[in-house]
Amino acid sequence: MSRVRVLVGTCKGAFILASDGIRSDWTVTGPLFGGWEIYHVTASPADPDRIYASQSTGWFGQQVQRSDDGGLTWQPVGNDFRYDGVAGTHQWYDGTPHPWEFARVWHFEPSPTDRDAVFAGVEDAALFQSLDGGAGWKELPGLRGHGSGPAWQPGAGGMCLHSVILDPADPARMLVAISAAGVFRTLDGGDTWEPANRGLRSEGIPDAEAEVGHCVHHVAMHPDRPDVLFMQKHWDVMRSDDFGASWYEISGDLPSDFGFAIDVHAHEPQTVYVVPITSDSLHYPPDGRLRVYRSRTGGGEWQPLSEGLPQRDCYLNVLRDAMAVDSLDPCGVYFGTTGGQVYASRDAGDSWAPIVRDLPRVLSVEAQTLP
Amino acid sequence: MIRVVLPAHLRSLAGVAKEVELSLEGAATQEALLDALEAIHPVLRGTIRDGATLQRRPFVRFFACGEDVSHAGAGATLPAPVLAGVEPFIVVGAMAGG
Repeated sequence: MSRVRVLVGTCKGAFILASDGIRSDWTVTGPLFGGWEIYHVTASPADPDRIYASQSTGWFGQQVQRSDDGGLTWQPVGNDFRYDGVAGTHQWYDGTPHPWEFARVWHFEPSPTDRDAVFAGVEDAALFQSLDGGAGWKELPGLRGHGSGPAWQPGAGGMCLHSVILDPADPARMLVAISAAGVFRTLDGGDTWEPANRGLRSEGIPDAEAEVGHCVHHVAMHPDRPDVLFMQKHWDVMRSDDFGASWYEISGDLPSDFGFAIDVHAHEPQTVYVVPITSDSLHYPPDGRLRVYRSRTGGGEWQPLSEGLPQRDCYLNVLRDAMAVDSLDPCGVYFGTTGGQVYASRDAGDSWAPIVRDLPRVLSVEAQTLP
Repeated sequence: MIRVVLPAHLRSLAGVAKEVELSLEGAATQEALLDALEAIHPVLRGTIRDGATLQRRPFVRFFACGEDVSHAGAGATLPAPVLAGVEPFIVVGAMAGG
């Protein structure tokens, strides 16, 4: 029978939630790296027992932890993230130049085919790559160096590169998203990059349709349809049908189009999930009711999913990397909250139940389907 | 033998139960002590000092003999009681936040 492993990063350690394919009884392992901020934990598709964890604190900096046995044992590998050449400056919150400074790894994106190859999206925004299982890291300098880098500004959470989309059919095509610079893509394996924000409209910046400067919160793709991308922006849920060359809005009838997390059903590339949040100043669900919204039409028309979720007095948030799907049938959907709950649905969102209720603030959730 | 006390997070990272003991050959400075500490426990590189600039990280402090010696400088000679192993060299995560 298949198994599921849910990898959870929190502000005070990592947790591994495991179940058989029925997904009703779960074991909880952790905290791993207790007391450290774990921004992301994710596994290699090429070797599911190889897991990478981003471990950091503001005091002692960044570590990259790696497990080669499915999370039973871990070893710190490489933590030397040096920007290529002269780091230069980006804009600070007040618009003045600010030196590029490495803070932490927000997101790992392992290669779908090579267990030793993994990308890291970092703050201050840049894309690094390791080809030796996380021991050594080199920046892909074409991203920051393509021209607009000095104009990038941080979002409220820091200037983070949080989304890395790899086209499984064409390794030369990659797309990344940065808060609050926007989306950038490469068609030549990372040597040259271009802004990919056409169609985005952000009222909070001087030119609402600027080429860069949009606060993109997260981007998701279904691997069977790499041209189609879904985006949760600061405001607006967006879609691209041409790998980011252009975007159009699919917020439709959502109660709020502000939010952070977005993901796609494992077997239905047109089925998308978001968690609407009230507004940019009210980071909790509308009306104190936690509802996931599902569109089965690729956006535009959305259905609230609330069975098993708190429908009163609920004022938590679901962060950008804290939603994931497994590949069982029916598809499992998982999300973690700033209140420390990890909710699971084993029926594609129709109903929900908490796996755990009292973890630290959840920063990231990934799901693995194992044989 | 010089005794070095690490904060809890770095003890767990380095797999150190209590103090680290090390000896120095040549200059008996903060820089030499940290070089020796990182040689024994390479995982500590980048945690106390920036990995590239070797500057002390902003929220790390060094205490010795009841004094804050954080600003003495990398080239400062270690106090005699630290060199004698009577007093430890203490690496501290500064109090910050709630």
